[in-house]
Amino acid sequence: MEVTTKSMPYEAWKDNEYIEKLVKELQESGTNVVVGSLDKLINWGRSNSIWPLTFATSCCGIEFVSLGAARFDMARFGWEVARSSPRQADFMMVAGTIVHRMVPVFRRLYDQLAEPKYVIACGSCAISGGPFRKSYHVAKGIEDIVPVDVFVPGCPPRPEAMIYGIMQLSRKIKVEKFFGGVNRQEKQKEFLAAHPIEGVED
Amino acid sequence: MANITEKLSKLFPQATIEGENTPVMTVPAAQWHDVARTLRDNVELKFDYLVTIVGMDWTENLGCIYYLMSTDADIIIGVKVLAEGERSMPVLPSVADLWNVAVTYEREVYDFFGIVFLNNPDMRRLFLNIDWKGFPLRKDYDEDPALNPVSTESERQTDFTDVYTRSDDGKIVKTPRRIFEKEEFVVNIGPQHPATHGVLRFRTAVDGETIKKIDVYCGYIHRGIEKLCETLTYPQTLHFMDRMDYFSAQNYHHALCMLYEKAAGIEISRRAQVIRVMMDELSRIASHCLFIGTYCMDLGATTMLFYTLRVREQILDIMEKTCGARMTFNYDCIGGVMQDLAPDFQDDVKALLKVLPANLKEYNDIFTGNVIARNRLEGVGHLTREDAISYGITGPSGRASGWACDMRKLQPYSIYPELDFEEVVMTEGDSMARFKCRMKEIEESAKILEQLVDNIPDGEYCVKVPKMLKLPAGSWFQVTEGCRGAFGIYLESDGSTKPYRLKLATPCLPQACVVDHITRGQKIADLITIGGSLDYIVPDIDR
Ligand code: SF4
Repeated sequence: MEVTTKSMPYEAWKDNEYIEKLVKELQESGTNVVVGSLDKLINWGRSNSIWPLTFATSCCGIEFVSLGAARFDMARFGWEVARSSPRQADFMMVAGTIVHRMVPVFRRLYDQLAEPKYVIACGSCAISGGPFRKSYHVAKGIEDIVPVDVFVPGCPPRPEAMIYGIMQLSRKIKVEKFFGGVNRQEKQKEFLAAHPIEGVED
Repeated sequence: MANITEKLSKLFPQATIEGENTPVMTVPAAQWHDVARTLRDNVELKFDYLVTIVGMDWTENLGCIYYLMSTDADIIIGVKVLAEGERSMPVLPSVADLWNVAVTYEREVYDFFGIVFLNNPDMRRLFLNIDWKGFPLRKDYDEDPALNPVSTESERQTDFTDVYTRSDDGKIVKTPRRIFEKEEFVVNIGPQHPATHGVLRFRTAVDGETIKKIDVYCGYIHRGIEKLCETLTYPQTLHFMDRMDYFSAQNYHHALCMLYEKAAGIEISRRAQVIRVMMDELSRIASHCLFIGTYCMDLGATTMLFYTLRVREQILDIMEKTCGARMTFNYDCIGGVMQDLAPDFQDDVKALLKVLPANLKEYNDIFTGNVIARNRLEGVGHLTREDAISYGITGPSGRASGWACDMRKLQPYSIYPELDFEEVVMTEGDSMARFKCRMKEIEESAKILEQLVDNIPDGEYCVKVPKMLKLPAGSWFQVTEGCRGAFGIYLESDGSTKPYRLKLATPCLPQACVVDHITRGQKIADLITIGGSLDYIVPDIDR
């Protein structure tokens, strides 16, 4: 199955093996036709209107602003509805450094996002701590704090790279299964169980 | 300069004074408060602006260097004071009663070095959690991540701050003090809030819709740049300048390169000077454009963002052609600039200068004269000249209050003295003035570019510099003008390839801390107007 989005030619993607593997994994459990078509319909809707949470801590965030302006215009793809409240957003573009003090706040924002939710780690700071990796007050990548769906490297990534990153996300959403099969939510639950919030008892 | 050294030694015979360009006077801690008062109030000196407080750890003792500037005479001096007491509890008298901005600067020093300031009304940590172990900028700080781990647990917060005083029998007494009154209603704004321009948090006490007090809570993007710099060689430290105030990337780069060149005695070519200044001014235009756009967006005029980003994108294109990046340029280097100008640089700049006036006119048509804009900006968030100086508000925000604080004029550097441009100074001191001041500065920057674009001399763009740059032992201080105000750098070298201490005094920290003062008694909706008009960049506050 050729999974693509926003009329990107399938060959233009750089990581087709990955998505093919993902599709195969998902299909192993098998689905019946009705549920499968329902999935397709839902995914079509979801993947075409993913709304970001305005979340920017530093430099990378400014490139995200450029993305919203006329030149790179993410409205072309249905992502322009940047929400200030996590309750209304679908994904979080983590643009910028995450430092010790920000970590609990960041995790709470993630927890507040409504399901289904996604995270894009945008820029080397979010991926690994970037230029500040050796600092005493910087988290070394957000992967230990929240599950990440797409990584966009760069310092800062060019707006084009960000577009590519969000498209990757939208492509991933396209092959998801909400009924039966290996559900994304379960993976997320696993992650959250492995990374509990300290000091809070259920 | 000899003049000021003489004056100082006459007034303070007990102090030792060294240094030529920026005299540094050493004063014992016990006398510091009186000396500070004289320095501020003496009619001949009038050091009314505290540029920064540099905390220092000289391993055998801790201390501070205070940099003061007189706004009348444009002279900068340093005062070095060694802290008293043991390393576990070093103390210094506070000067928060003399310069308002000192409250914040002393908190910063306390946070980094653990020096306690007696009589400072708010002796809390500024950037780090209250449970943080150790003082990170001390030379013997233990960086073991196990001591201060990354934790998803919410940080412990307190409603109390401490005041340290010396009792009659010489003991240091710690008294807790409430930040907010018990019955006060406190609303939390930020750190994730679209109008705080980044991750800044205001704890706001309100009475109905009126603001009673704001506790500015920073540190949500404190990246420890000053400490990192101590572990890197001189050329490696440069790239951090792009990532603090990312709109002043070129200006900050320029500043640090200039300081290193001064310390190493490197003369750079005229071509490099001109290129640097042109890049600075292009950055200023881009930065002010983005300010106008985001500010108007905060106030509800989203359209403006698209208009102003158009010019910004045009400038970024010019930069990209030459520097190869859109934001983190890393263009200025020690000895000049990284690479030569792109072949069509001049044409591009000319094209920009051509469209700029029409764009500015458009901004004015859409926004400046608009009734809603005027009602929301005029008379809101008034800051007097005295307060601007005392709070250390520089840049366009300070100039809007009538304080001529453009360091390009006061502390001339590079080729600025030869250029013909005006310092935009306004007297109203309200949000509208701060807005207009930036508008006018775009015109002045364009004027500078016009003078230079056809006069870029030939020559090499970068002189030869040793690969492993070693600076002689000593200390240097310098103030330059970023896009948002005075950017001071203090450098202390021990003769090796790495800085012993690099203090970056950024303009945005005082600008964020003055929010409390300006907004008192104003409506909560005006907080956005006022905060926006100050145009602080949060990574520049926290570093
Ligand atoms: S990745 Fe680079 S540009 Fe992005 S936030 Fe980090 S330092 Fe800034």
